[in-house]
Amino acid sequence: MTWGYVFRRLAMFFAVVLAATTINFIVPRLAPGDPTAAVLEQLLSRGQQVEGAQDIVDNYRARFGLDDPMLVQYGRYLFNSLRLDLGSSISYFPQSVTSAILAALPWTIALLSVSTVIAFGLGSLIGALLAWPGSPRAVHRLAPFLMVLSAIPYYLLALIVLYLLAIWTGWFPLGGAYSVFPNGFSLPVLWDLAYHAFLPALSIVLAGLGFWALGMRGAMINVLGEDYLALAEAKGLTKRRIFFKYAMRNAMLPQVTALAIALGTAASGSVLVEVAFNYPGIGYLLYNALRSSDYFLIQGVAFFLVITVAFAVLVLDLLYPLLDPRIQRL
Amino acid sequence: MHSLLRNTRAALAYLGTNPKMIAGLAILLLLLLIGVIGPLFVDIRTAEPISVRTNQPPSAEHWLGTDSGGRELLAVIIAGTPQTLRMGVLAGVIGTAVGVMLGLFSGYFGGWWDRIISAVTDTMLTIPPLAILLVVASSVRAVNVEMMALIIAALSWMHATRVIRAQVLALRELGYVQMARLSGLGSFSIIFREIFPNVIPIAFASLVGATSGAILSGMGLEVLGLGPQNTPTLGMTVYWALLYAAFSRGMWWWWGPPVIILALLFIALFLIASALDDFANPRLRSQS
Repeated sequence: MTWGYVFRRLAMFFAVVLAATTINFIVPRLAPGDPTAAVLEQLLSRGQQVEGAQDIVDNYRARFGLDDPMLVQYGRYLFNSLRLDLGSSISYFPQSVTSAILAALPWTIALLSVSTVIAFGLGSLIGALLAWPGSPRAVHRLAPFLMVLSAIPYYLLALIVLYLLAIWTGWFPLGGAYSVFPNGFSLPVLWDLAYHAFLPALSIVLAGLGFWALGMRGAMINVLGEDYLALAEAKGLTKRRIFFKYAMRNAMLPQVTALAIALGTAASGSVLVEVAFNYPGIGYLLYNALRSSDYFLIQGVAFFLVITVAFAVLVLDLLYPLLDPRIQRL
Repeated sequence: MHSLLRNTRAALAYLGTNPKMIAGLAILLLLLLIGVIGPLFVDIRTAEPISVRTNQPPSAEHWLGTDSGGRELLAVIIAGTPQTLRMGVLAGVIGTAVGVMLGLFSGYFGGWWDRIISAVTDTMLTIPPLAILLVVASSVRAVNVEMMALIIAALSWMHATRVIRAQVLALRELGYVQMARLSGLGSFSIIFREIFPNVIPIAFASLVGATSGAILSGMGLEVLGLGPQNTPTLGMTVYWALLYAAFSRGMWWWWGPPVIILALLFIALFLIASALDDFANPRLRSQS
């Protein structure tokens, strides 16, 4: 791995963070009306019953320094965003936007990472088997189902899963992430968490499985034509070894690249899955923020969503050379 | 021009026999027919709130039942399906047109512009589209279908740029393009007359993908309540159903039909995109 490569990836990460901050800064200013007026209007529309209304407005004015030149405002906004000071939440007052998000984020990260890893691993394996001439016929029959599944978005699948497995059969809970808020990690607590996470995770896995399987099948078909596979066979290596170490290992490379690109969409999708299942991650937080027009929180969730995904992509990109030694030599 | 016609004919001949294409088009046609034929039988004004009795299950009078806002759900489906399609196609066409242009120029000219366009494309691809859409849609309060399409189009060009650029990089080294350059043809003529016709199949596949992605993004915004409040679309119907707890109240006729139609729509677009992919990458063809 060269320093140039690391530097380029880091630069890309900061470019994404900068872009997200800039959009958060510019878009509300392009919208008609004064931003402070918008907040005041919201507070008034709720009969001024919001605790600490003055605090929020003061906070807002100080934060934007609305009389300063645009560039100064932008600089200050950038600085505040980078140290994760995103203002105070209206609907979760007196919590700050950052603390509300940090409380919800672990749920999302756990749900999304576990289910994405399962979908990615299982999907890639199925995809490799789909392209492998020696795999059982039953596997090939899966192809059309996987195609249909990969076409249906997370959210719709979540609604269908919710209806079939929670409402109709009553096997799983309707929503939420726990029966009683967990205050320790014991076996029953973990079981309860897994029981509640099962349906949201299942929706994400089912929706992702087909995508990864189809991608892997394509990559595998390309690899199968390579000479080194013929050589491996001629050397008398076992089929199993050829499949995993020679064919799959090489076909995985484009899959990992695709993972970096698909993460953004996956994160968007899982936000909606959380809404369907009332899962207390940032998707659910966002839904509440939208329903109470809590702009800072909406922007905060968007900001965190972008940096979390950008960070995951950065880690993937930095790990990539370990998978593909050719990059090291460049 | 002659070769373009011949290529088109070959494409149509291949796609006419591709089962995925036929199935995809058939479903899409069926969904289009809902919007065309439906209004002849059902008064779509009953898709507005408070026009029928509320919370009625499907019956001879109300085929798909009614919702808690007093909308005739069959009318909502008939009025909403074309709106959803219109939004998706509008966003897809604008996004793909921009993406194809950027891809053609970036791939053909190379150099600094190419580096900048590629870096922006790669960066934008990793940003969760919903995050940006949220900030924009929640600031612009009253959205309509066209505005939503424009907002979504701004985030639908990257895929087209990426695939077209990759294709152009390979094409521009081919003998006939070199020949055209040597014979003194201008860059724009080469791009549009010599290169563009060869990327049309890929551009079409991108268009279908972008349309599907746009409907997906639109649905995401709608189910979060950021869609057009006064236009019945499929996504908004799901949003109202969830807001009024149609799930736990057992009102399957409220959320079921829009979910099924959306799912069919995504499946149809996927099948069409996949058939176009088969055509554009012959290597996949032999396998399936």
